[in-house]
Amino acid sequence: MLTGTLLADNVDAPLLTPTGAIEARQRASARGRQELAASQAQGPDWVAEVLAVRDRRDQRAFAALFRHFAPRVKSFLLRAGAGEALAEECAQEVMATLWHKAHLFDPARASVSTWVYTIARNRRIDALRRQRRPEPEELPWGPEPEPDPDDALVMQQETERLGAAIARLPDKQRDLIERAFYGDLSHSEIAEATGLPLGTIKSRIRLALERLRHQLG
Amino acid sequence: MAIMHHLTDSLLMAHAAGQLPEAFGLVVATHVSLCDECRARLAAFETVGGVMLDGCGEAAMSEGSLEATLARIAGRPPEAPRQAPRPGIFPAPLRDYVGGDLGAVRWRGVGGGVRQAIIPTSRAATVRLLHIPGGMAVPDHGHRGIELTLVLKGAFRDAGDRFARGDVEVATEADRHTPVAEPGDACICLAATEGPLRFTALLPRLAQPFLRI
Repeated sequence: MLTGTLLADNVDAPLLTPTGAIEARQRASARGRQELAASQAQGPDWVAEVLAVRDRRDQRAFAALFRHFAPRVKSFLLRAGAGEALAEECAQEVMATLWHKAHLFDPARASVSTWVYTIARNRRIDALRRQRRPEPEELPWGPEPEPDPDDALVMQQETERLGAAIARLPDKQRDLIERAFYGDLSHSEIAEATGLPLGTIKSRIRLALERLRHQLG
Repeated sequence: MAIMHHLTDSLLMAHAAGQLPEAFGLVVATHVSLCDECRARLAAFETVGGVMLDGCGEAAMSEGSLEATLARIAGRPPEAPRQAPRPGIFPAPLRDYVGGDLGAVRWRGVGGGVRQAIIPTSRAATVRLLHIPGGMAVPDHGHRGIELTLVLKGAFRDAGDRFARGDVEVATEADRHTPVAEPGDACICLAATEGPLRFTALLPRLAQPFLRI
C-alpha cells in the first residue's frame, strides 16, 4: 500500500540558473573529449560504444556492450524474481532494445548503466507484472543532438561517485535501497529509503534538460 | 506559468524502481512530461537503479545468446523516426492510453455536470479523467490511501492553494481536501486513487459559491 509516509518528503529547493552554460559548453567541448578518453583509460568507454551502435550500427561495439551488460541484466532479473528462462529471454530483449533505441540515449542525462537499467526495469514490469509501463514523453525529439563529451564525462563521474556513496551507507539503509530496486519493498518502506545524496546529479540533469529545450526551442 | 505543485520523492523513487501501480505510473509519467524539475528528479533516482545494476553481479548468458540477440534485432523493423510532440491538451503517455487527445475521451455524466472517464489499468489502483464545470467541487470518489490529482486544463483551488495545468495535488484520505474548480472554464484533471475501482456512484457535492469559501 502507498501510505501517508509518501507525503513526508519535500521537493528540493529551486535550482540555480545555468548562467553562461552554453559558452562554457563550447569551450569545454574539446577539452572534455580528451578528459573523457583519459578517464576511461581504466575501462571501456560505454558511451562511445552506444554512439557507435547508434551512428554506425557497429556490431563489434554491440558485442562489447552485450558481454558487459547482458549478464548484469540477467542477474538483476533473477534477483527480481524471474526464472532462468525468462531472465535469459528478457536480457536478450533488453539488449535488442538498446540497439533499436540507441538514438534516444543522452549521455548528458544518464550513464549507460542507468539507461540499461531503465530498459531492464520496463522489461521486468512487462514480463513479470504483465502491466503496461507509462513512459514520459520522449526527449529529445527532432534531430539527434551531438552529445557534449564534457557533460557525458561529468554524468559518468557523478554516477560513479553516487555508487561510492551508496557503498558507504550503513548496511541497513543500503539494504533498503537494494530491496526497493529489486522489487521487494512496500511503498511505505520506500519512503524510508529516500534521502539519498542526489542533489548534484539532479542539478546536472536539469541543466542538460534546459540545454535540450533551448536547442529544440 | 511555472508548475508549483510537484510529486514527492517517494513517489518518484517508487516509479524509478518500477514499483508504482500502473494507474499512479500514468499520473507520474504525465506530470513528468510537463515538468522538467520532476523529470530530473526521476532521472536522479534512476541513476540509483544504474548503480544497483552495476553492483548486482553477473549471471552467465546461455550459449549463442549474442547471435540469438542479433537475429532478434535483424528480425525487427527499424524504429519510426521521432516526432515533435503534437499540440494538444494531453501529453504523450496519456494520449497513448486514451487513444487521442481531449476530443477522444468518452465521458460519462456522474451528476451535477461533472463527467468522468475511467482509464483501464491494472487493478491495484484506479485512474480517471474528470471534467469539473467551473465552480463545482471535485466529486468525492471515496479514495483510501493516496490520491494524486493532476490538472490538465483550467484550475482548481484547495485549502488556499491554486492548482493549474501541470500541478499535481498529493493527498491522503486524512487530508479531507475539497478541490473546487475555478469559475469559468471547466477543469480537466487526471486523478489516481488506490485500490480497485469502486462501482458506487460518485456523489458530486454542490460547492459553495466559489467566492464565499
